[in-house]
Amino acid sequence: MEPQQQLEQFVFDFNKEQPQIVAGSSDELKIKLGEFAGPLDLLLYLIKQEQANIFDIPIAKITDEYLKYVKLMKSLDIAVAADFVVMAATLIEIKSKMLLPRDPAAASDAEEFEDPRKELVDQLLEYEKFKSAAQMLYERSTVEQAVFKRGTIESDDNNAEISATVFDLLTVFQKIVLRHKEEVLLEIEREEISLADMIKALRKRIFAELELNLLTFFEEFHTRRELVTAFIAVLEIVRTEEVKLVQRATFGDIFLKKVEPASS
Amino acid sequence: MTEPETDEITTEQPEEIISQAPARSAATVMAIAEAIIFVSDEPITSKTLGEIIGEDKQTVQAAVEELQKEYEERSGGLQIREIAGGWQLATRTEYHEEIRKFLKTRPSAKLSLAALETLSVIAYKQPVTVPEILEIRGVQSASAIKTLLEKRLIVTKGHKETVGRPMQYGTSKDFLIQFGLNDLSDLPSIEDFEDLTITALDQQ
Repeated sequence: MEPQQQLEQFVFDFNKEQPQIVAGSSDELKIKLGEFAGPLDLLLYLIKQEQANIFDIPIAKITDEYLKYVKLMKSLDIAVAADFVVMAATLIEIKSKMLLPRDPAAASDAEEFEDPRKELVDQLLEYEKFKSAAQMLYERSTVEQAVFKRGTIESDDNNAEISATVFDLLTVFQKIVLRHKEEVLLEIEREEISLADMIKALRKRIFAELELNLLTFFEEFHTRRELVTAFIAVLEIVRTEEVKLVQRATFGDIFLKKVEPASS
Repeated sequence: MTEPETDEITTEQPEEIISQAPARSAATVMAIAEAIIFVSDEPITSKTLGEIIGEDKQTVQAAVEELQKEYEERSGGLQIREIAGGWQLATRTEYHEEIRKFLKTRPSAKLSLAALETLSVIAYKQPVTVPEILEIRGVQSASAIKTLLEKRLIVTKGHKETVGRPMQYGTSKDFLIQFGLNDLSDLPSIEDFEDLTITALDQQ
């Protein structure tokens, strides 16, 4: 952990506060610099570093510091997040607005004159609240990690209601498709069912039967096209959150189940 | 479950008994509740306990509160806590070092500052969309949201009926459990932080 000489020209003391530049590799630097959670975080840090009043930010000075920091990130080959650049532009805009003499015609009354910094200050104050809340959550989780609960007692129910993943679904689907390959097909031309109709029919069945075995459902279809439609209908109906997929045992059958209206 | 003694007492004090006689003594209810809380993986609600024991929710609630007090007074290694709307048996924080030594575990990876900030915005502003989070944090939160979803601390709460129908997010039951909260109202008010902020900054 040797201090980097090139950094000393910068005003802020990285070693004093949370975000630190520690090691030589640029990967690690990225991680450490990333601890500024965003441009607002960096800005607050700089304001505190300058011991400035948040309601009267020395905008020229802070802008310079901010730009230096962004330059530092660039010089260290760190991808500067777009949001940091946006903030740099905002700061420069505010700085230039403050340099301009006030238009005497537009705002003769001093009360009406809007401080160009106001919006930024409001944003900073709002952000700082959530930053404090984040700190509180951090402390809570630390305390919580010192509390231990009893380990799981083995029972058949432990595995109940594992949400099936798309991959589980695909596995079922492949099983069905394979089974169809083995059958000798005597295809009769019939009317194709549209996706919308399929979804409608599927929804009706799930709502009537409350629970539908996916395997049984897929087996009702005989052409590949119908199967694909049925599969998409299942994905769609699960996506719209009216229905969930339930797998009661590992490798067990997957069921479509109607979601009870959330009580929360 | 008919209680044999019900008939006997009915003859003596009919009116009282019609409105459900306590089937079990308070001590028994406490004992059964304790046993069930012990085997339950997740915080168990008074309602569920009541259904199993065959007592109403209030009776069970009172019994568990009494139980909780007993644990407090005993100052043992265990405590009964109210978490995520249910009861949970857990070790006391004081003994975490020894427990870790035995379990040979280390505290699990902490969330990044960005993830914590995003989580705090979601906790206080839920249901909240990505653009709304961006507005407060001033920075994209996509990867933080992904992390929080993976850790099951947040869940999607449907689409917001506005331009582009953005997805809304809220905190999950796991969030309550992992942060030791009974419900969201356990969180200090966000306005409390405002006071802190301004006084802290004014003092500079």
